[in-house]
Amino acid sequence: MKKYEVSAIKEGTVIDQIASRSTFKVANILNIQGIDQVVLIGYNLSSKKLGSKGIIKIEGKLLTQEEVNKISLIAPDATVNIIKDSEVVEKFKVAIPDSIEEFLKCFNPNCVSNHQNVQSRFHVINKNPIRIRCHYCERHMGEDDIELV
Amino acid sequence: MISLKNKDIISILDVTKEEILYILDISKRMEEEGSSDILKGKVLANLFFEPSTRTRLSFETAMKRLGGQVVGFDELGTTSTVKGESLRDSVKIIEGYCDIIVLRHFLEGASRLTADSVSIPVINGGDGASQHPTQTFVDLYTIKKVKGGLENLSIGFLGDLKYGRTSHSLAYAMSNFGAEMYFISPPSLRIPKDYLEELESRNVTYHEVESLDEVSSKLDILYCTRIQKERFSDPVEYEKVRGVYKLSKFVMDELDVKDDLKILHPLPRVDEMDESLDDTSYAVYFQQAHSGIPVRETLLATVLGAIQ
Repeated sequence: MKKYEVSAIKEGTVIDQIASRSTFKVANILNIQGIDQVVLIGYNLSSKKLGSKGIIKIEGKLLTQEEVNKISLIAPDATVNIIKDSEVVEKFKVAIPDSIEEFLKCFNPNCVSNHQNVQSRFHVINKNPIRIRCHYCERHMGEDDIELV
Repeated sequence: MISLKNKDIISILDVTKEEILYILDISKRMEEEGSSDILKGKVLANLFFEPSTRTRLSFETAMKRLGGQVVGFDELGTTSTVKGESLRDSVKIIEGYCDIIVLRHFLEGASRLTADSVSIPVINGGDGASQHPTQTFVDLYTIKKVKGGLENLSIGFLGDLKYGRTSHSLAYAMSNFGAEMYFISPPSLRIPKDYLEELESRNVTYHEVESLDEVSSKLDILYCTRIQKERFSDPVEYEKVRGVYKLSKFVMDELDVKDDLKILHPLPRVDEMDESLDDTSYAVYFQQAHSGIPVRETLLATVLGAIQ
């Protein structure tokens, strides 16, 4: 039997291949403090691909598309595994969408989207490394500028 | 077949090279032909949430010279914004009164929001430190006129490249024409990384320097801008950089420059350009200011579909 550094779960979701530094940002996206079920977090685990990775396992949880989109911006290499009866029944890599609406805040304090009741909107101009352009003020944002709301 | 009918003019990034050349060709025709009544019965709403003289008056003149009418305001105090009305509500109401909107606003992206909110065409008259596309058409028209074309020029941008929206828009536009660019500014007013990234994606060769004399001999065009006091939140920071560049006839005599160098400036100037420069062969900024009328006539007439 495979030995896990972080224990297995029976039903739920495993988010793997998170760059270590982004692990707790992903945990925040998933609002794990509000979850009653078992949550297992591995941090600074060795990874051939990333060097050092994080992993989050949540019992009884399926991700929404919005959560997957948010994770893709913070952890573009992450994979999502759906677990049923302790088996992986579905596995996919998060994908950065071509445009992003609503859940990001423009970092430009003078952008109209920060002053008027308007849904923020961004166009993805580069996926790796991530660069997005505000639909309104046209300012570019990179990974460090991204602020989820 | 190029048609700009109902097109919003928000950012120079939305405009193709072919559309730029089309607008400049029509502008030349407008300048040669003078007044007409092709916009008779049309109403322009000039919505200026931030002070402007040149842009507002030149749009007003352009509209009237083509037989159209103008409504609008030029200060926030007379609008429903002070009562708390959202920009979207304001422009959705105003679109019922007019055929086209020209908007200037202190918030970046306000023109895009307006264009997304109304079904009539919107022209960005400058929003915050973002873009000022109509000034860019004026700049391009002037450069084409004084240089005989736009291809493969060396252009220097001097002054406030951080907040200077006219420099940002012109750099984007000139990237269509194989320009080599020199960004000359103090370190605190360097052109933002966003713009350089966009230029890199368009394979533009550019250089960033602090002093004009390092690059003056290479330039065909020097685009000079004012250091804008109103964009500084900290007056101390403004005082540190004001007057850092001062062009004058004396300075130009001392510099190694091409004989046919031309200096543009979107005006108003403060102390970055001395009046002694005005009578030199380099100065074309008043000619540039006067080009505002045919260019804005063209933009109004083409997006309203009066010229196709």
